[in-house]
Amino acid sequence: MSDLNQKMAAKYQNNFLKEIEEQAEMGEWVKMCMQCGLCSGSCPTHFQAGWDHPPQEIFMMIRAGKRDEVLKSNSMWMCTSCYNCYVRCPRKVPVTHVMHGIAEYAYRIGQSPKNQPTQHLSKTFWDNCTKTGRVNEVKLTQSLYFKDGIGSGIKKAMEMQSVALGLVKAKRLNLLEAVGIAHKCKDIKGIHAMLAKANELEAKRQADKAKA
Amino acid sequence: MARKEYAFYPGCSSQKGASASNYLTSVESMCKTLDIKMTEIPDWNCCGASVSYAESGELPRIAMNARNFALAEANLPGQDIVATCAACWLGSRESKERLEHNSGLMADTQLALKEAGLQIKVIPEIKHMVEVLIEDFGFDELKKPVKKPLNGMKFAGYVGCQTNRPFGIAGESFENPMYLDKLIETVGGEAIPYDQKATCCGGALAFSEPEKAQAQIKDIIEAAYDGGAEMIVTPCPLCQANVEVYQGSINKKYGTKFDIPVLYYSQLMTLAYGGTAKEAALDGNVVRARKLEEFAGK
Repeated sequence: MSDLNQKMAAKYQNNFLKEIEEQAEMGEWVKMCMQCGLCSGSCPTHFQAGWDHPPQEIFMMIRAGKRDEVLKSNSMWMCTSCYNCYVRCPRKVPVTHVMHGIAEYAYRIGQSPKNQPTQHLSKTFWDNCTKTGRVNEVKLTQSLYFKDGIGSGIKKAMEMQSVALGLVKAKRLNLLEAVGIAHKCKDIKGIHAMLAKANELEAKRQADKAKA
Repeated sequence: MARKEYAFYPGCSSQKGASASNYLTSVESMCKTLDIKMTEIPDWNCCGASVSYAESGELPRIAMNARNFALAEANLPGQDIVATCAACWLGSRESKERLEHNSGLMADTQLALKEAGLQIKVIPEIKHMVEVLIEDFGFDELKKPVKKPLNGMKFAGYVGCQTNRPFGIAGESFENPMYLDKLIETVGGEAIPYDQKATCCGGALAFSEPEKAQAQIKDIIEAAYDGGAEMIVTPCPLCQANVEVYQGSINKKYGTKFDIPVLYYSQLMTLAYGGTAKEAALDGNVVRARKLEEFAGK
């Protein structure tokens, strides 16, 4: 975590709700939750083991100041972006986006769980698509398989071999993308300049909120 | 001049050789029959999809979408943007809404765009291809060119999530949308009762948490069989791929015997409009749709 982020986080001592409201995208919605639990019952991942806390519990934990438990929780990372909770919430809380926002903030300040697979995918996907402006599907798959090292990568690749072969046969996977012969934007330079500016302004927006 | 013209945003998966290239081919064939002219937004870029949220942050993600708006506006003035991919459509519409309701965000986005020599004046309307079909044409118009109705074929209309939520198609319910069933019936097929039609396929978690996603996909496929479907139909590239390509893995894990083709609505429409198997890109299905291949050859 950078010094700036350290300082910003320190500013909110003992007021975790305010920290989330100001620093997490859509965090201002957390106080609107009335604890009905419809979001949890609507979540497709609810039916499987895996998450520490359902959304309404996360929201109440934020209000109760349980900073470490929330930021280190794997719950937000289970979101499949299906938007069931979002459309069903009786208080119109955009639950999907709030969960993404809390996850992003935890990740930004270095408090999110380590080796969380969807967090890894998030970074890999964004890096991949912004490199040339368009997704390189072969490289994306490769970097996902090989995230835990070569041995496990080869094993995963072997397991998925029939899936990949099926796609190649159907002309839906172009292996030349592995060597960079891939779809890309023409104005890559412009995209990178635009994103550099956007990142700079995003950091400024976050710092300004902490100051206010 | 074509009957309708749009600024086309195919998205990363619907490019030649990409994972939904068969969607692209069949959409092109379908549009040819309906006399829809789709001009690709020059140099369009990725929408960032839903899963990039942690790394991207709000402004960079919105800037990526705004770049497409600026390019469409400058090169294809007056045309609505049409996306075929659910995530592209959602990312674009979400960005448009936030930009139009937040002047600070718009000002920052303009500063970022300026670095790429671009700017936004008015953000075009953003539509999903399905909205074009239903709202700009309507089921009656879509039925007129049907030459070979898909009589006697049973389909499970799998709408999935992001074509349905949070925006959805006007007038449809989030819980039980009917438009895909109506599209199936418009081309002469039978839409079976399907209780998993709006269930999530796991989305991007199919890559990061395959076991969890495959458990969801299993339910989606099982319900299609239970309803007597011979094939599944969907409007979403990720739903299509997830429900189709993991059938082998699911069979291995659960001892099931899934072997059900998963089609795009545009493939059905192309065939019903008299198109060939090639025009409908049936060769792009990993689980081959033999019945439709035979039908196309007749």
